[in-house]
Amino acid sequence: MRDDVRELTRPAGVQEMPAWKRHHLLDLDELAPEEILLVLDTAEAMREVLSREVPRVPALRGLTAVNLFYEPSTRTRASFELAAKALGADVVNIAAEQSSVRKGESLLDTVRTIEALGAQVLVMRHWQSGAPYLAARHTRMHVVNAGDGWHAHPTQALLDIYTLHRHLGDLRGRKVVIVGDVAHSRVARSNAWGLTALGAQVVLCGPPTLLPVGLRPGEDEAAAMPSVQVEVDLDRAIEGADAVMALRLQRERMEGGLLPSLREYVRLYQVNAERLARARPGALVMHPGPINEGVEIAPEVAVSAQSVIQEQVTNGVAVRMAVLYLLTGAKA
Amino acid sequence: MPQGREHVLMTADDIRRAVHRIAHEIIERNKGVADVVLVGMRTRGVPLARRLADAILQFEGAEVPVGALDIGLYRDDLPHLGLRPALRPSDIPIDIDGKRVVLVDDVLYTGRSIRAALDALMDFGRPGQVQLAVLVDRGHRELPIRADYVGKNIPTSRREEVQVRLREVDGRDEVVIVRPPEEAEHEG
Repeated sequence: MRDDVRELTRPAGVQEMPAWKRHHLLDLDELAPEEILLVLDTAEAMREVLSREVPRVPALRGLTAVNLFYEPSTRTRASFELAAKALGADVVNIAAEQSSVRKGESLLDTVRTIEALGAQVLVMRHWQSGAPYLAARHTRMHVVNAGDGWHAHPTQALLDIYTLHRHLGDLRGRKVVIVGDVAHSRVARSNAWGLTALGAQVVLCGPPTLLPVGLRPGEDEAAAMPSVQVEVDLDRAIEGADAVMALRLQRERMEGGLLPSLREYVRLYQVNAERLARARPGALVMHPGPINEGVEIAPEVAVSAQSVIQEQVTNGVAVRMAVLYLLTGAKA
Repeated sequence: MPQGREHVLMTADDIRRAVHRIAHEIIERNKGVADVVLVGMRTRGVPLARRLADAILQFEGAEVPVGALDIGLYRDDLPHLGLRPALRPSDIPIDIDGKRVVLVDDVLYTGRSIRAALDALMDFGRPGQVQLAVLVDRGHRELPIRADYVGKNIPTSRREEVQVRLREVDGRDEVVIVRPPEEAEHEG
């Protein structure tokens, strides 16, 4: 764990934070920079709560949050559960079996049932991109997207941004490299939106087959992504970086023929000590987890002083507390 | 938006004298400051607590620990309005078990903030005693809460607003009362 944590800074002139007005959190592309900074500020207060002997406050007492997960998850679901409980809310976990769910109607049936049971907050993970948007249009509950398909994972991006902000302060002009399977990564997409909103320079890096369509070399930049740079050579991408975020490599990508071999991926795209030496001294190493040991990040780098991977997990609870606190203050 | 009319109730000198008097009263009532901890309620209670600590150091030659308490997560008077107060981390620098904690706030009004502050404080430990110091008591209590140290009692109507301004936060020291515009008009 690093100890050179800086005071949170915000752009000069921004004294009073704006009130939060959003009813749902679906992705970061809809958030203004001030809203992201409000989440970071609020998370800082939540971090203090979590540092207490009894980390529990009554801010959400009497509210019920439902975690509706259509995809397996350990850390995100546990993180949301701990966050809601630390704020005094009641939590119900529903693990929906992918096989028993038919698209469309049955999802909305489930959402309406949960609302009728008296929940105010719906935390939803779905394998289908856009599913939380559909739910949000048909419920008065506050909907939090906990990951939808390849599309978005806003709370993961917020915890990544919070972790970066704690160490680097103002992110304007900071270079963040996101390396790996960018095409299939909701983490990369949400981070790209949030980081560019705060003025960071985002470089997406990976094998051409794992870069999103429209961002592959030679293709026009698609409008569906924020303004980012693309680099297929990690050694070049990492030059002078303030942080390197490695993405989880899904093993099934190789079976689908998108990668020639795991050995080649490791050779070209693993974040190892030699490559990290090209980054700025002390550059942060991040990973959203769970790590494939020895694949995305060399083992000695993952546990080095530059790694903030464990801190990301801890910060995730604080950031999710901040999101739940802010959303439940907004009127329907 | 028509502006209400402002009336100065305390000048910078008045505030300084009130802080000094309260510092003396804290020393006197606690027979010294051996177990005293000052805890300021954000936002303006914190600089007031620091000023009290400075005055106590000056009069008594003893350093008193100063903490900062954010009550946003404990309030019951804002959520029904659909507003979330901006949060800052609380910072209680020492173990408050068995200590004499003096809570410091700028304005005492309904007492609901103090209720929230007591809940927040108890989550940090079990003080031997809790006392309350405020710069202004404007009345209209809704809970059985009273202050032990008061800078100035100011009778007000509920339609009026009392604003405490402090150098550290607002750039200058003064306490003003703001009357609603229609009443200010009637005054001519």
